[in-house]
Amino acid sequence: MENNIFIKLENLTKIYKVGETQVQALRDISYSIHEGDLLAIMGPSGSGKSTLMNIIGCLDRPTKGKYFLENQEVSTLDKNKLARIRNKKIGFVFQTFNLLARTTALENTELPLLYSNIPRKKTRDVAFKALSSVGLEGRELHRTNQLSGGEQQRVAIARALVNKPSLLLADEPTGNLDTKTGNEIIDLFKNLNAEKNITVILVTHEAEIARIAHRRIYLRDGQIVKEEHD
Amino acid sequence: MNILRTIRVSLRALNRNKMRSFLTALGIIIGVGAVIAMISIGQGAKQAIEERFNSMGTNLLFVRPGSRSFRGRHGGGGTYQNLTPGDAKAIEEKADAVQYISPNVSSRAQVIYGNKNWNTSIQGVGAKYPEIRNWTVEEGIFFDETMVKTGQKICVLGSEVNENLFEGEYPIGKIIRIKKVPFRVIGVLKSRGESGGWFNRDDMIAMPYTTAQRRIIGRTDRIQGIDVSAVSMTRSIEAVEQIEEILRIQHKIAPGAEDDFHVRNMSEIAEGAAESTNILTILLGGIASVSLLVGGIGIMNIMLVSVTERIREIGIRMSVGAREKDILFQFLTEAIVLSILGGIIGIGVGLFSSKLISQFAGWKTLVSMGSIALAFLFSGSVGIFFGFYPARKASKLDPIDALRYE
Repeated sequence: MENNIFIKLENLTKIYKVGETQVQALRDISYSIHEGDLLAIMGPSGSGKSTLMNIIGCLDRPTKGKYFLENQEVSTLDKNKLARIRNKKIGFVFQTFNLLARTTALENTELPLLYSNIPRKKTRDVAFKALSSVGLEGRELHRTNQLSGGEQQRVAIARALVNKPSLLLADEPTGNLDTKTGNEIIDLFKNLNAEKNITVILVTHEAEIARIAHRRIYLRDGQIVKEEHD
Repeated sequence: MNILRTIRVSLRALNRNKMRSFLTALGIIIGVGAVIAMISIGQGAKQAIEERFNSMGTNLLFVRPGSRSFRGRHGGGGTYQNLTPGDAKAIEEKADAVQYISPNVSSRAQVIYGNKNWNTSIQGVGAKYPEIRNWTVEEGIFFDETMVKTGQKICVLGSEVNENLFEGEYPIGKIIRIKKVPFRVIGVLKSRGESGGWFNRDDMIAMPYTTAQRRIIGRTDRIQGIDVSAVSMTRSIEAVEQIEEILRIQHKIAPGAEDDFHVRNMSEIAEGAAESTNILTILLGGIASVSLLVGGIGIMNIMLVSVTERIREIGIRMSVGAREKDILFQFLTEAIVLSILGGIIGIGVGLFSSKLISQFAGWKTLVSMGSIALAFLFSGSVGIFFGFYPARKASKLDPIDALRYE
């Protein structure tokens, strides 16, 4: 890939304190991700892949090391600025969907827009468009508990896309879905990556899903132990 | 996030949990309702008392005998009758701030008409008494100055006496007997519509004080008091001073010596009564605001539960870009919206229950705009005060922990 460097991690270290003991979740990780990449982060549980994703997703800050997102150092930003970045640049998709209960698909999709300065009239249109782009046309006013798992995950993807982020982070997005639905969701990610040039990072432990990625990194004990790319 | 949007988000969240929202607001509803109802009782009582004093005449002054010590023994007020018809005459002639005067004496007696009898208060008064006390004659006439001067055996009945003696029979011109003396009824007073209290003004008979002195009391040189009306309310203080001056001369009181009478000003008495009802209002309102406070603690309690229950939601909101202050304002607004909605409903409940109270307990109640505004403001600040801690707790959550919370 000759594209610009989109994410640059330098000697990233994360240490958690659990009572008296210190747990080193990430050890000295350095890695670069280019714009338009489709990256899979793999590894057994406890390998630090969730921690890495949280830091890349600006939900957490590294203990040591630097993290550049689009050439901006974000590892030193305060909570409010990190929230702005999450709102503008990053979309999350979680294993458990994380939709608001007793709320319609539309309201869930609108959620990120509430925290940006988009006028209310526009938020509806934007949210409608995002929902139709993930194939949920006509389902906008269904409540989340009336939707199937696959549909719920699509709502989550629509929500992640609604602010036109440049980075999409998915943490085990197919973990709660059957294989067929899971594959549809993965295809959706693939298309988004290919057609809209959104950088996608998938955290997964399923090799089959990881295979669609251009690049794969394997984590163990907080370190990158293997790197692959097509 | 702007305020309107925050309010909309809060309303949605509250709407999602209607029952819980209602129960939370219930504390405030009851609190505000209680404050408004209680204050309405206090203010109603105040108004009732003020009206009562106004109906008695606000420029009314009472001259009563004072205390007098006799060989070192100090008697209480009114123990010695030292006011004379001459004193009354002197006041009438010399005090220009005085409009009307009425010397008065009173007694109780058994009154007989036909085979009916009734024990009532006999008021010997002057011809101007109805003007001084705001009395109206419903039927017949009140006695005039000549009748007083000549001491005629005539009387005017209070409405209750009329009902009890005549039972619907036309009373004017009839003869009743008081202490075996026949009196002709020349008028009936209009009912004052008040029963109980310290003096029932319908249960009495008025007659010229001269007649009462001679026929009922049996002593003509003394009167028990002088009721005076000042020219106007503003001149009532002046009238008091003039009366005091005149009476000191009449009674030959040396300069520096104490008065052997006293003059009481009706507006002072009214003020005193109003003051005590104010205290009543504050007391009732104070007790009721305790329930408002309890309602506020209820809000805090539920908001804390709500924050815990919605940790996941908070995490989701944070992950899509909600800042600390967005979350803080959302939960704070929820608390404020709840307490203000509760306040509005509470105002309705308060209005309704004060109406019920006045209907069933027969108390006069008065809901003022001031008490509504006070209750409303108070409920709003309860929301801010008790909503802040849970809201802050919510905003300080770590997004990762919140997302992972089960």
